[in-house]
Amino acid sequence: MIRRLAALSLLFSLAFLLFAPSPAQAQEGQSFEGQLRVEDANGDRTPVEAVVLTVEGGDSVATNEDGQWSISVPEAGTYTVTLDESTLPDELSLSTTGRSSLTVDIDDGKSRRVLFSLTSGDSVDGGTSSSGGITGRRVAQLSVEGLKQGLYLAMAAVGLSMIYGTTGLVNFAHAELVTWGGLATYFFNYYGLAGMIGFLAPLPGPLGDGIHLVFAAIFGMAAGGLMGYGLDHVLFRRLRRDGVSLIAQMVITIGLSILMRYLFLYFFGGSPRSFRGFTAQTAIDIGPVQITPKDLIAMTISIIVLIGIGALLTFTRIGKAMRAVSDNRDLAESSGIDVQKVILTVWIYGGAAAALGGVFFGLDQVKWDFGFRILLLLFAAVTLGGLGTAYGALLGAIVIGLVINLSTLFIDPELKNMIALLAMALVLMFRPQGILGRAERIG
Amino acid sequence: MNWDLIFTQMFSQAFGVQAIVFALAAIGLNIHFGHAGLLNFGQVGFMAAGAYGLGMTVYWLEMSFWLGIVIGMLFCVGLGLILGIPTLRLRSDYLGITTIAASESIRLFVRWRGNRGRTGASEGINDFADAFYKYNIFDKPGNESYNFLFFEYRANTLWVMLVGWTVVILCVLLNWQLIRSPWGRVLKAIREDEDAARSLGKDAYSYKLQALMLGGVIGGLGGMLQVISKQSVQPDTFNPVITFLIWTILIIGGVGKVWSPVVGSIIYWGLISALITLMRELLGTSLGPSLEKYLNLSILNVDQLRFVIFGLALMLLMWFRPQGVFGSREEMALDDR
Repeated sequence: MIRRLAALSLLFSLAFLLFAPSPAQAQEGQSFEGQLRVEDANGDRTPVEAVVLTVEGGDSVATNEDGQWSISVPEAGTYTVTLDESTLPDELSLSTTGRSSLTVDIDDGKSRRVLFSLTSGDSVDGGTSSSGGITGRRVAQLSVEGLKQGLYLAMAAVGLSMIYGTTGLVNFAHAELVTWGGLATYFFNYYGLAGMIGFLAPLPGPLGDGIHLVFAAIFGMAAGGLMGYGLDHVLFRRLRRDGVSLIAQMVITIGLSILMRYLFLYFFGGSPRSFRGFTAQTAIDIGPVQITPKDLIAMTISIIVLIGIGALLTFTRIGKAMRAVSDNRDLAESSGIDVQKVILTVWIYGGAAAALGGVFFGLDQVKWDFGFRILLLLFAAVTLGGLGTAYGALLGAIVIGLVINLSTLFIDPELKNMIALLAMALVLMFRPQGILGRAERIG
Repeated sequence: MNWDLIFTQMFSQAFGVQAIVFALAAIGLNIHFGHAGLLNFGQVGFMAAGAYGLGMTVYWLEMSFWLGIVIGMLFCVGLGLILGIPTLRLRSDYLGITTIAASESIRLFVRWRGNRGRTGASEGINDFADAFYKYNIFDKPGNESYNFLFFEYRANTLWVMLVGWTVVILCVLLNWQLIRSPWGRVLKAIREDEDAARSLGKDAYSYKLQALMLGGVIGGLGGMLQVISKQSVQPDTFNPVITFLIWTILIIGGVGKVWSPVVGSIIYWGLISALITLMRELLGTSLGPSLEKYLNLSILNVDQLRFVIFGLALMLLMWFRPQGVFGSREEMALDDR
């Protein structure tokens, strides 16, 4: 017991070490931020999503689903912040026509709120239905958004499903692996490879200074894999050895999830941050849809990675072993597969894939609980696809992404996550094994 | 170091309103998990159902507070039916996922802006419990507070505590009698071996559904007490972390024992407030600057340690002592059914 406790505390002191100097240093830099909302006749404010704002000579961002946006600028001074009117939903316009650009000063290390006020042409429906009618253009745009969210979800869902498949464990802490990946990438992106350990920060080059997001993401994936390795090696392998039941292990993952999440909050602080040095991005038109280049690149990468995961599972030795353990653990063990090693490999790959998902979700903003916010979508995705099947998790994630985004054609976007949970409940009622799962007795 | 403050904080929190609320929620969860073996990860949903049943009756339907208590309990029964009918036939980890999803759906739905007229959306419902405080037997003119030894209580808090502990004791006694009854024995039999209970002609499904509803109503009473004491119903207080705090409290006390939820709640709230107050005091001493330098601990984030500690406690308890402080290992039904 002492050894286990020592190992566990070692793991978390490692996490402490990685994060120790963060809040004071990470506060440096200044940013513009705001929340874009429109007020209807009842006085209810609706957030406006996917409107592009640009800082002159700096980045441009799109507002997130809460209408929030934030742009960091390199130094204090006077800047012009511009709202791209062509990205506003059709029925909305600026309250004062032509005031789409505002000139604002910013002080060193401060964040400054910039407000644009919007009005809607007709707001008789009381804000309860979604904005705009069903047009071909909207359907196309929402499908792309849905595909994007689905692909990012799939990155995390694969690991969750495979861990369930090989060990029977529902890992509630999987969302924290997503957050971990995003945060680790943020730190590599800002502080370089060693800079987050306080006294090494003055080192030059890739060690002490920030590195490009692409390289940071690779190291972030490595950090995700390492965390997966650490969790299995230090915690879950021992739990399996001690014969702790799966239900007890599941409650332990819940404790782990809370512990990790609040350690993130403790060291990272509560405010959202963005990756650094991402070149200015305005949405580009492809046919009827608009998409920022970074999302396009991220979607392409995730498709490549997902195909890679599929190939790994289908053609390589370790991938076949993973599927064999998922199918029938005892049979796999008796045919000479080292089950513990396969499980450890699943944790490593699962952690790395979740970390990459965290980087993609973090392109909007990185926050201490942004992984937890998608946890239930992850569960919906893997249950829909069939718990324990890797291909099912991919399919389920993309279906969930599409369903929740397209549902905003008919319902308020604020309720779209509920649709995912309802879909999951329906699947459990009528086809509990999921789309690709094998029918077996689960009652 | 102000040790007096640490001890008064510890005792007043150990027996304070929060301890009562969580004791009630844990009594409900004990019926679900301890007696019937149901893996309910959505207990906070029942608390929300009770709280909103009460709040909406007063705010939206503009009816009496006392009717609201009844409607809140009916909401919990309804939620138990909606949750139980489709999922109680499924394996327990599916029940866990569905219940946590349901509790989160409730939170998303009540804070939806389209429900502003009914649930107050994200602003919630305020000042609805005047009818409760009208009967306050401790009420003093000028709203003075009471002093006992080191403790100071406002009259309204004392009233909530008196009613709360009475309800807790009644629920424990009810639970005690129920578990000794034939109904309780069937429930335990189902927990131990559902097939065996079924082969003796017991309708396991209906017994589990009854347990889900009963535990839900008791959890709902906890939710009502919570919002009465704050005079405000806020959607975001009913987030999934609360469910797992209830789990931690139940496991501290020992799953399956009648008194364990109450004992667990007193221990948890006493220890955690003592610890957090101690940390705050340490920050004020000469150790403060070095704590801040090496551990990043400051007055701003000291409260977040509460969650770090309870997450760690949940993990370690589940691993090394799943029966809790007073429970017995035989009562822990944690195998996979």
